[in-house]
Amino acid sequence: MTIPSTVSDVAPINGKLKVDRAAYLQQLLSLRPALDEAVGLLNVIRDRATARVQELAIPSTRDEEWRFTDLSDLLQVRFQASSEQAPTLSFDKIQPFILPEAINSRLVFVDGHYDPALSGVDDLPDGVMVTSLAAGAELLKDLPSYLAQQQGAEETFTALNTASFTDGALVWVEKNQTIVPPIQILYVSTATQPTIDHPRALVVAESGSKLTLIEEYVTLYDGTYFTNPVTEIWLDTNAEVHHTRIQHDSDAAFHIGKTAVSQARDSRYTCNAVSFGARLSRHNLEVYHTGEQTETTLNGLTIISGEQVADTHSTIAYTHPHGSSNQIHKCIVDDRAHAIFNGKVFVPKAAQLTDAKQLSSNLLLSPKARIDTKPQLEITADNVKCTHGATVSQLDSDEVFYLQSRGIDEDSARKLLTYAFAYEVIREIPVASLREKLAAIVREQQA
Amino acid sequence: MINENSEVILSVRNLTADVDGIQILKGLNLEVKAGEIHAIMGPNGSGKSTFSKVLAGHPDYTVTGGEISFEGKNLLELGAEERARSGIFLAFQYPIEIPGVSNLDFLRVAYNSKRKHQGLEELDAFDFDDLVKQKLDIVKMNPAFLGRSLNEGFSGGEKKRNEILQMAMLEPKLGILDETDSGLDIDALKIVSNGVNQLANAENAIVLITHYQRLLDYITPDYVHVMEGGRILTTGGKELALELEARGYDWVREEEAVAAK
Repeated sequence: MTIPSTVSDVAPINGKLKVDRAAYLQQLLSLRPALDEAVGLLNVIRDRATARVQELAIPSTRDEEWRFTDLSDLLQVRFQASSEQAPTLSFDKIQPFILPEAINSRLVFVDGHYDPALSGVDDLPDGVMVTSLAAGAELLKDLPSYLAQQQGAEETFTALNTASFTDGALVWVEKNQTIVPPIQILYVSTATQPTIDHPRALVVAESGSKLTLIEEYVTLYDGTYFTNPVTEIWLDTNAEVHHTRIQHDSDAAFHIGKTAVSQARDSRYTCNAVSFGARLSRHNLEVYHTGEQTETTLNGLTIISGEQVADTHSTIAYTHPHGSSNQIHKCIVDDRAHAIFNGKVFVPKAAQLTDAKQLSSNLLLSPKARIDTKPQLEITADNVKCTHGATVSQLDSDEVFYLQSRGIDEDSARKLLTYAFAYEVIREIPVASLREKLAAIVREQQA
Repeated sequence: MINENSEVILSVRNLTADVDGIQILKGLNLEVKAGEIHAIMGPNGSGKSTFSKVLAGHPDYTVTGGEISFEGKNLLELGAEERARSGIFLAFQYPIEIPGVSNLDFLRVAYNSKRKHQGLEELDAFDFDDLVKQKLDIVKMNPAFLGRSLNEGFSGGEKKRNEILQMAMLEPKLGILDETDSGLDIDALKIVSNGVNQLANAENAIVLITHYQRLLDYITPDYVHVMEGGRILTTGGKELALELEARGYDWVREEEAVAAK
């Protein structure tokens, strides 16, 4: 639902932006659902974040972090509170999104509400807890050390989530346990009215444990809604987490998501983030190293078209020596769509012998498509190996010609090459059915 | 094999072509009949590779004059994919890599696009697999290569063998091999040459574009053409290649300069 800009509490383009942006944020905050008094921990956390949100406003393009991503369109929408109860969905509605590999290890959330009937956690292997945050809060005395304790919590939308969430996903892997089946966290939107949801996930991998995590955002309808998720992931010493995040929202939706990762000594974290965008989508991916010899691998893929805007802001913050990271981010931008990539890597003096690689590789499929890419390396250590590169290109005419010279028409040749460009990221996903599903989506989108 | 009575497959007359506004081909003439193997030799920058790309219809090259007729049809009216479907095959000097598309799938798409053009039914996956397996032997290729992404991570020799495998599948009327021998070790060169020899027959024709005489130790050409400055300067038999190997290209240029006076 779009309402005219003359409505008083929505920012007019040339009005007092700052004031109105603050009021708009407070309006979003006021939509948060009430919390069950029994969950004391969540109350404390929410109250702290509420105080923070009350100091803030929706950022504008004058804010360096939002320079290329204009949230004016968001301000034109008046969101409503999400329904207090999730709609009852039959399993066949969500079946296409369930991974066969995770048939007994999945959590399903519908419009932000945990849906035990659609989830399947009865037959989990030993050594892992997969449940709702509300249930976990009663079971785990260590929860307060992790929940909402990541750095970067003061950021506007992260704070809004923390001030608003009522439940979420909890995945907790015990020490030295290798969990073979992937754990899937599926967020399904059924919104047809403009509602806002604050999905939340906490993932803790104890020392020496190993986990494959699939986080997926999907929609059943083409509604206008706002998803504002936060996922916190903690890797204790020598833990390994292979995380895949798929974001596939409606073309009318807004999605501003945070992934905050904390890596202790010798831990290994991989994130494959695939975004098919929304009307406006943003992924803030932040990895904080808290020990030596950490390994971080970030594979990103954004595929957008039409009028979509998709932004990825990543941060890798080293604090100790001998860390390494390998990041590749690819964007495929068609029509009048606009992709943004900002990749920060912080290498302070304490992080000697860091080996950090970053590549931003972009494919523009139309003359009106736009990409803003900004590698941002801040290095004060003097004995490190840091490389970065950015390319923006169209399809190579020699490559198109090669396929044509085998009898394949030009249009099909272009689609095949675009698919191949995307596949270099998709193939890093460790779950076969998901890999194949994404490959099929990309092929179909290009068809 | 030269047979005066066999059909003319390719006839190029006074061909001129530009790339990025720079003229590369400057009046090239060539006639190729069925059953013949032609070698086009010449120094770097003589226009050999440009000629192969113009024949195959690369859109970056603009034909500014002359004619190319292929089996009596005006080739210049056809796009690259139509030329391929009509029976022109270019083996690339640098074949491209396509992640995520298996060699087998790629061969099937290419093969069926030709079948469709010929008004034939597309071959189903089962029959196609049988056909490919027969052809693998021509280039001594391990069937495991069919499941791998097209050319990705292939060695130079594997890529060139893969080009010949594609040629074996598509059975072109005219096969153009652009520097297929470059970068190959002697074993790979033998396999590739042996593959080409198996594919050459009385109904088709082969044009080898090469910098080195070495290839011609394994594939015997009926004609050797020397190209320089965007034209064919001189034409001879197999012995011309040996002379070029021994004397370099300068003497050809000098003789041409004398003849031009």
